[in-house]
Amino acid sequence: MYKFLLCWRYLRTRWIALASIVSVTLGVSAMIVVNSVMSGFVSEMHNRLHGILSDVVLESRNLNGFPYAERHMEKIRQVAGDRIDAMTPTVTVPAMLAWDTGSQVVSRPVQLIGIDPSTQGDVSAFCDYLQHPENRVHPSFDLRGGGYDVHDHQAGPESPERSQMADAGWPERERWARELAFQRSLEKPKKTPEPQPKDDIPNPFAAAPAEETAHVFDPGKEQYDGVVLGIATVTFPDPNSKDGRLRFLLLPGNDVKLSTINASQRDPKFVTSNFTIVDFYESKMSEYDSQMVFVPLRKLQEMRGMIDPEKNTAYVNSIQIKLRPGVDGAKVRDDLAKAFPSSTYVVSTWQDKQGPLLAAVNMEITILNILLFFIIAVAGFGILAIFLMIVVEKTRDIGILKSLGASRSGVMSIFLGYGLSLGLVGSGAGLVIGLLFVRYINEIADWVGEVTGRPLFDPNIYYFYRIPTIIDPWTIAWIVLGALGIAVLSSVLPALRAATLHPVKALRYE
Amino acid sequence: MRLEPQPLPHGRGSVFSPIVNFQRPFAMSKHATTKRSEENRSPGSSATSLGTIHRTTPAKDTGPVVLSATPHRVDPPHARPDILRATGLFKSFRKGPVEVPVLRGVDLTVRQGELLAVVGQSGSGKSTLLHLLATLDVPDQGEIHFEGLRIDRLPGRRRDLLRNRRFGMIFQFYHLLPELNVLENVLAPLMIAQSVWSYVLHRRQHRRRAAEFLELVGLSHRLKHKPRELSGGEMQRTAIARALVTQPDLLLADEPTGNLDAETGREIIEVLRRLNRERNLTIVMVTHDPEIARQADRVIRLVDGRVETA
Repeated sequence: MYKFLLCWRYLRTRWIALASIVSVTLGVSAMIVVNSVMSGFVSEMHNRLHGILSDVVLESRNLNGFPYAERHMEKIRQVAGDRIDAMTPTVTVPAMLAWDTGSQVVSRPVQLIGIDPSTQGDVSAFCDYLQHPENRVHPSFDLRGGGYDVHDHQAGPESPERSQMADAGWPERERWARELAFQRSLEKPKKTPEPQPKDDIPNPFAAAPAEETAHVFDPGKEQYDGVVLGIATVTFPDPNSKDGRLRFLLLPGNDVKLSTINASQRDPKFVTSNFTIVDFYESKMSEYDSQMVFVPLRKLQEMRGMIDPEKNTAYVNSIQIKLRPGVDGAKVRDDLAKAFPSSTYVVSTWQDKQGPLLAAVNMEITILNILLFFIIAVAGFGILAIFLMIVVEKTRDIGILKSLGASRSGVMSIFLGYGLSLGLVGSGAGLVIGLLFVRYINEIADWVGEVTGRPLFDPNIYYFYRIPTIIDPWTIAWIVLGALGIAVLSSVLPALRAATLHPVKALRYE
Repeated sequence: MRLEPQPLPHGRGSVFSPIVNFQRPFAMSKHATTKRSEENRSPGSSATSLGTIHRTTPAKDTGPVVLSATPHRVDPPHARPDILRATGLFKSFRKGPVEVPVLRGVDLTVRQGELLAVVGQSGSGKSTLLHLLATLDVPDQGEIHFEGLRIDRLPGRRRDLLRNRRFGMIFQFYHLLPELNVLENVLAPLMIAQSVWSYVLHRRQHRRRAAEFLELVGLSHRLKHKPRELSGGEMQRTAIARALVTQPDLLLADEPTGNLDAETGREIIEVLRRLNRERNLTIVMVTHDPEIARQADRVIRLVDGRVETA
């Protein structure tokens, strides 16, 4: 009992000791904040990575892919049917995105992905990242009449408005078609008359205009095949706005050209086709949003000549597989890798695909934790020093306690208990500060941004409007236990010293 | 001086007796006594496993603590049995390379219920002798027997128990704990004696007991004061109450008046004298003041580390 009483009295009367645990407090709160933010960030990143990548992917090593996607899917079902939720075939090729701004042609390298809109949503969170509410439920490559999100639906209504998106869809297309028609009407007089060939050699292109007349494409009423662009391919953050407002160069309803290489084995050729933007894809992973372009699988296969009429099949170059919940992706990957010859096929999980990135982030977290834990360890030395001081100061009291019959272990536990209670106070304060900090981290970041005039968390870079945080009770428990452990460990030496003091010498100590 | 073991006085068990019982012949109130004697069996059992320095005295209710009660003393001093006996005590301290002998063969017998004064000049080894008797220190040679049990070579834990339960100590510099108030200082030995659980269970009785002892030394109006707010005499009274609260068999006083003015010193000695007379408390008192030594039943003079019979 006297141990608790004395611990409590020492705790209340010795402010210098409380000073030594400020660094425990700081260390604990810093670790809580860092771990919460990092795990929020990692989980957000996992979601986004996983949002576009299906659980397991079977890819061909050949860009031109393999035929008989259906039979491959059957084979996959034979190997791991009970663990598979859904599958969809895709074609992924590098391509060039281009559009005419009126004054120049803008072009960009992209990753062109042919998808089956009806099944793509089954294997990944593709649909969730689209901008039209209908497309998020039933994705379609047909242009919508309007009603695209004006606010980023993932960030909520507090995110900056995307006012340009209000007119997206057919209204934009009609406006654009009228503008085009007006420009054509200005250009027409110059174009006519078409210079006739002077000799009698028949013009090999002469037949072409005749065919065109059969069906004149009316951009105001018709669309080309739909394309879903990664949002960052045709937008950029407005440099004049502080809140990460986007400037749209193109909108759903506008046309773009996509060029890629055909699948011919002998003489690869450049093939180009017109597409109409039907939606934007926004995963908030800038790597994906600035590269991914989705078109209908069939159209891409046609464009690249991947359809084999003789064999009556089309080529695909990967099959995306979604697993049932709780299934170990690595196990399925290994099973599939055995079933498909590795010279032709690669099977990988989504973690494999993003392995280096995930590993780098985990490494960062580990190193931060180690560094921050050093803060607490340093605090341990502070406690050690101050405790040794207190033991010297309390030498006579220790002698008194021993003369009253206090045992060595009793005297020792006074100081161990003192260390523990200091640790409890320190890490308790750290816990409260850390949790409050995490709770109000966005407000704090905004405030710091205002004061310093430099936004701490620039949405232009991170694509998040709010700092994501996840508080893991186990992590916090470990942090607090670690801090307590250090506080107790560093009081062991002073406590031992106190316990081994000779009672007579201690009583005579002046 | 008789060296053969003495029969233990009536009602006092051997120090090896395994049963914990704080009851003393001069226990407090009837109510508290009966209650405690029942409860002490279970909560005290944790202490039982630690050692065997406990009492077996059955609860004997002699009413509340009152100094006006009839003295217990019956036998004349010389007829009473020994409580503490030291033979051939040697102790020296090392100061650098030089060995400084302090005690050079001290023989000493303390009889039950007497007030024994040990006098001598500064450096004659009085305090060292007292520390040895209190098992705070270990003699280089010689033996100390308490109620027939050799105590100078006991393991540490059992010496702690002995100091806590059978001995009371008071010092020249009072040695109160500055963080605790008067009442808590007096409670400290009880806190040390008992586990947290049993202390908390009996805290009311303990507080009452401590308050009664403080009343006994005339400090009942100062319970909540910190030691630094007290005068020297008050601090020494607190120390006496603290030494008595576990109802020890032997009070060891190291220059109890050494730091007090003559008048206050007399008052303190008066308190000790009363305790000795009315409660049959055995007291060994070290002092250099012949005036105070005169109050004792018997005086032993230490000269150069040896006893010179007065």
